[in-house]
Amino acid sequence: MNQENSQEEKNFWEKLLSIDRRIIFLFIAVAVAVPLFFKVSMHIPVTPIVRGVYDAIEELPAGSKVLVSFDYDPGSMPELQPMAEAFFRHAFRKDLKVIIMGLWPQGPLQANMALEEVFKDEDIKAKNLQYSIDYVNLGFTAGNEVVIDRMGHSFEESYPKDGQGTPLSELPLMKGVKNYNNVDLIYSLSAGYPGTQEWVQYAVDVFHVKLAAGNTAVQAPAMYPYVQTGQLAGVLGGMKGGAEYETAIGKPGIAVRYMFSQAVAHAVICLFIIIGNLAFFSLKKKKRS
Amino acid sequence: MRREVPLVLTAIVGLTMIIAHFIPPFNILKDLFEDWFFIIAAFAIYLGVLNLLRVNADKVYKKQRDWPFGVVVILGFLLITIPGLFFSGGRSFLDIGTPFYYLYIHVYYPLSATMFALLAFFVASASYRAFRARNVEATLLLVAAFVLMLGRVPIGDWITAWLPEGYRLGNAADWIMDFPQTAGQRAIMIGIALGLVSSALRVILGLERTYMGGD
Repeated sequence: MNQENSQEEKNFWEKLLSIDRRIIFLFIAVAVAVPLFFKVSMHIPVTPIVRGVYDAIEELPAGSKVLVSFDYDPGSMPELQPMAEAFFRHAFRKDLKVIIMGLWPQGPLQANMALEEVFKDEDIKAKNLQYSIDYVNLGFTAGNEVVIDRMGHSFEESYPKDGQGTPLSELPLMKGVKNYNNVDLIYSLSAGYPGTQEWVQYAVDVFHVKLAAGNTAVQAPAMYPYVQTGQLAGVLGGMKGGAEYETAIGKPGIAVRYMFSQAVAHAVICLFIIIGNLAFFSLKKKKRS
Repeated sequence: MRREVPLVLTAIVGLTMIIAHFIPPFNILKDLFEDWFFIIAAFAIYLGVLNLLRVNADKVYKKQRDWPFGVVVILGFLLITIPGLFFSGGRSFLDIGTPFYYLYIHVYYPLSATMFALLAFFVASASYRAFRARNVEATLLLVAAFVLMLGRVPIGDWITAWLPEGYRLGNAADWIMDFPQTAGQRAIMIGIALGLVSSALRVILGLERTYMGGD
């Protein structure tokens, strides 16, 4: 009888270890989707690395020029788009002038999507922001890090015209903007190559500009050494970074809302890891005995 | 000559880029080479597009394996390109409200985001099978992953709320990111940088020729 029980137990753990992955997929789908229907307010403390980005923007006086590089595509949108929207809200509230560009072809479109969302806010709408005066979108230029390098000498060499085909010299916002010496901060939103790392290597190290960044959770850890050395003012890492930034600017948005979903998904993955290890050790013990 | 000319060109361009970093007058040459790069990069995009169409048209014409996917690629290409080129106001095709923008939001964006979102499922399945405390190293990795996964979301602080401030899972996750993780990253970065320097020197000196194809 005891032997039968032991065999049954062994079979149970073995089955658990070789569980069909579709069952795991189902649990994750439920863990991600269901929390999206609930509005749970979660306390999100702002960490120093995110505070660095917030402070870098906050300390700029009204009228300062910020160059924003959109180096990502829709695949990374859930993580980076909240950062983009929060940045625009922060910048426009402070009356900063924003120069948008993209090293990825999809980047300038991502910027337009974020602008469309931000322009729905009553306080931003009331400012009656004008293209070419308060913000410009230079569009995409091929050339990766070479574009960054050339902009150090002259923006016009990399972007002779903006995304709509207007020469830079005819854009009021670009008057007096020759190179990095004429912008107060660069904000890099990136999901890979070319991205923040190239901005550090070709703009910060060579031309000594101030840089802040927002990265995907996968990419953010590689930026930590740059923050410690002062080459980066701060980094927003993944949706959590976006949620912290939204909290810092006092306007919780989609990142804060989706954090509950991410929290539940992480908890479910941890639960699976615990179950997997329990099964692993139980089987090991059975085999020994 | 087919081998010597590219080798000499590579050496000249590579050395100029290095020298220009230290001796500013060489920036004239550097700028010239960068202009060439811009032209080549722009052409590479057209070349990529033409190659994509040629490969897929060939696949459809010869009815090779999975040829219907080739039809989807070509139709998808035309669906985005034609409205972008001819019906979206020329250079203003990126603007909010153009047909190109509409297709980007309602076709390209959901498809692209779906592909990336599938990662969550694979990560969960892989974590279940791979994270086993088989030995000390694996246990360390497992514990670090566990702390980070819980500590990077508000649930981590919530389940350790009984601990004093500074000792909760969120603080542990921040500590892992700030110290062991950063130290590891820095070591990897220095290693990669040294590797890149030696590879670049090999290419400039003509010792590494695989980029030309062949040996």
